[in-house]
Amino acid sequence: MSVAPAAVALNTFREAVRDRVLYNLVFFALLMIGAAILVGQISIGIERLVIINLGLTAISIFGLVMAVFIGVGLIYKEMEKRTLYSLLAKPVQRWEFIVGKYAGLLLTLVVNTTFMTLGLAAALFYVGRPFVASDATILVAVYFILLELALVTGLALFFSCFSSPMLSTLFTLGIYITGVFAKDIRDVGNLTKVSGLKTATRIVYYMVPNFHNFNAIAAAAHGSSIPFSLVWQNTAYAVLYVGLLLLASSAVFSGRNLK
Amino acid sequence: MAEMSAPAIEILGLTKDYPIGFWRKRMVRSLDDLTLQVEEGEVFGFLGPNGAGKTTTMKLLMGLIYPTSGTARVRGRAIDDVEMHREIGFLPEQPYFYDYLTARELLDYYARFSDFSAAERRERVAQFLDRVGLADAADVQLRKFSKGMLQRAGIAQAILHNPKVIFLDEPMSGLDPVGRREVRDIIHDLKRQGRTVFFSTHILSDAEMLCDRVAVLAGGKLQGVGAPNEIVSIKVHAMEILFEAREGRPLPASLASRATQIGGRTRVEVPESELYRALDELRSCEARILAVTPVRATLEDYFLQLIGREKAVSHAVEVNPR
Amino acid sequence: MSSPSRVRAKWTAIAGVPLLFLAIAALQVRIDAQTRSEAQEEEEMLLRSGKAIKSLSLGYDSLLADIYWTRVVQYYGERVGKDTATFGLLWPLLDVTTTLDPKLMVAYRFGAIFLSEPGTVGANRPDLAVALIKRGIAANPNQWRLNGDLGFLYYWTLKDYPSAAQAYLDGSKVPGAAPWLKMMAARVAEKGGSLETSRMIWSELYDSTQDPSIRHRALEMLRGLKTVEDEKSLDDLAGQYRRRFQRYPASTQDLRDAGLIPGIPVDVDGFPYVFGPDGKSHLDPQSTVVIPKDLATQPTARN
Repeated sequence: MSVAPAAVALNTFREAVRDRVLYNLVFFALLMIGAAILVGQISIGIERLVIINLGLTAISIFGLVMAVFIGVGLIYKEMEKRTLYSLLAKPVQRWEFIVGKYAGLLLTLVVNTTFMTLGLAAALFYVGRPFVASDATILVAVYFILLELALVTGLALFFSCFSSPMLSTLFTLGIYITGVFAKDIRDVGNLTKVSGLKTATRIVYYMVPNFHNFNAIAAAAHGSSIPFSLVWQNTAYAVLYVGLLLLASSAVFSGRNLK
Repeated sequence: MAEMSAPAIEILGLTKDYPIGFWRKRMVRSLDDLTLQVEEGEVFGFLGPNGAGKTTTMKLLMGLIYPTSGTARVRGRAIDDVEMHREIGFLPEQPYFYDYLTARELLDYYARFSDFSAAERRERVAQFLDRVGLADAADVQLRKFSKGMLQRAGIAQAILHNPKVIFLDEPMSGLDPVGRREVRDIIHDLKRQGRTVFFSTHILSDAEMLCDRVAVLAGGKLQGVGAPNEIVSIKVHAMEILFEAREGRPLPASLASRATQIGGRTRVEVPESELYRALDELRSCEARILAVTPVRATLEDYFLQLIGREKAVSHAVEVNPR
Repeated sequence: MSSPSRVRAKWTAIAGVPLLFLAIAALQVRIDAQTRSEAQEEEEMLLRSGKAIKSLSLGYDSLLADIYWTRVVQYYGERVGKDTATFGLLWPLLDVTTTLDPKLMVAYRFGAIFLSEPGTVGANRPDLAVALIKRGIAANPNQWRLNGDLGFLYYWTLKDYPSAAQAYLDGSKVPGAAPWLKMMAARVAEKGGSLETSRMIWSELYDSTQDPSIRHRALEMLRGLKTVEDEKSLDDLAGQYRRRFQRYPASTQDLRDAGLIPGIPVDVDGFPYVFGPDGKSHLDPQSTVVIPKDLATQPTARN
């Protein structure tokens, strides 16, 4: 593989930073500070629990918003603004461009999430009790959130290859919500008597990314341990699905006549 | 050696259809069976009115869009071969760049796609920034650049990696006379270095000044290829005289009827054969002669002549007019 | 230098915006005052189905549980002690909270106590409290404290001593359970209800939680239990006095003068106990000690 994807990735990262996307960290910091200070008033005895719940939920939501809103513009913006004209004249293949854009946004998300996790750790420290071994679950929960974000970014990127940001946002969020509810959808299908519906819900269940696999916030809050098998299975799932999305995106983008 | 005769650019039957209409059923042919060759070291002009298919051709060669049929090769490599892009540079019409980058960062970014060491890259970027006159604005964000400065940045990124073939799409557009002069100088330079330059324009005089050969495109079809003066008859059909009439000295009737006022000046057009008589008449009424200019056929007039119809200004629609 | 019209516009905004905000705030105060007078004590709870809310939470049920828990605490805190207090929403709120986070221990314990308590202190629904605790035990089989809370419910509110003993016994079997569970199981099985046992149970509750409402209640109960015990002692002594002097003592001073007690006994608030004409001791009317209502009918088995 040539150096092209890495160059595209770093430039994509630079664009996000220059777009002041990382300023959301300021809001997160304020949120954590506020929570750390107020949590004692609101819920005695469960301060740690609440801080972890709040922190991880915020990391997840902030990350999701970023993944979707930047993701849906990743390819679309370059096509609209015609910045691709000079770029694609260089020795870079279309798929390398796709992979590079994806990697750049993912890098942004990883950096963002890392800072947020540090903020969460600081808030926990402030609220009292020193760190215990079961806190490793918090890191696992963060890792799972990152896997989720990797998937959502892939979805947004895919739609960005052929539809406008508004539609792409709808599609991406639609699939995300379906993925969160996938289990419930399948359960409904299992209960029904209509055989077509049962098959249909089964298909939806297996095709849509099953985001419920990645939810470890409650476990982290209560300090339960997470089996290693789940960790590598989720990793494999994410890798495969992201691979699928990148493949599809490359295919779509390679066939496109640019305006 | 077979390579000696291999053309720098070979276009064979390149055709592009666009679907239009609400259901995208109707096809419009924006480029029709283009075949031409450009030799190494040539400065080749690609002429045509707006909408003739020049940009379509460029986009096809760059791989931004895909041909409906036909092929092309640059330096022996097919246009769908990514390695071909190592040896070419491209300046798009109205270049769009990442406006959050500075000029230096932009060049550095693009340079990464070629095999330079970090030190080499730094050096080249500085060198070419200087070459196009952007040394002072190197660390200013592109969003603050004027059109002319953007054009210069565009040229820099097109030639920074010393490509053998350079494609320029309307390189003079939007430039002031100083800018145009600079671009012309750069093209001259490139030719001196033995590179091939392929540029499109709708301005005849630019082509005349720079090109070894030109091709003329209209309505998506190639109208002719050859040296500039072979192609376009420099048929002069009238002379324009610009003068200032003197106070109290009326113009002779024959001129007054054909004269138009522009500000304090008067303009009159006479056939070439009557030029000296008109000048004498003006001398006798002590008018002050400002300019005498030949009136030539515009390129559009020329095409009207060629095709004999008024549809010269493109019956093919480029899908996204600017 | 900006033109006069631009300067004017700027100052209009600088002056006008705060004024408008003040007007809006004042109007809101009026709106609130009107709606408050119309509002009933019961808050609105739009959705009561824990499952529905869990689904809608899109995976963020853990945080949502904490938010609902906050509502529980606030809801209870606003109402406790007020004469007209009812706790109709306490169960739905706790239901939703524990559906969203089945591991939130404090919610189960809170529910065990305040769903079962009567009057102005709780919802007077021991059945719901038992249901909640049983749900908690099912979701958290290792949390032996919940078994203890179930035992408490059966013992204190429902006076179902066999079930209480069973609950304590089940709890004692959980690995890592505190030894007092086993002891409690034996006590209750053997002796049923008693003041001493009650005191131990409430002490244990007080020690094992940080929730301020629960602690407050436990403290009240302990104070009340001490008072009942004191009164029983005093009633006994009054009986002795009567046998000696053919009349009931008028006050604790009489008892002291008779040498039956060394000093003037005071309640936990510091007020001396007083005697009624029937020889039964009572709290001084100024005392703030609350005697748990059904302690009067507690079996008086003493040990």
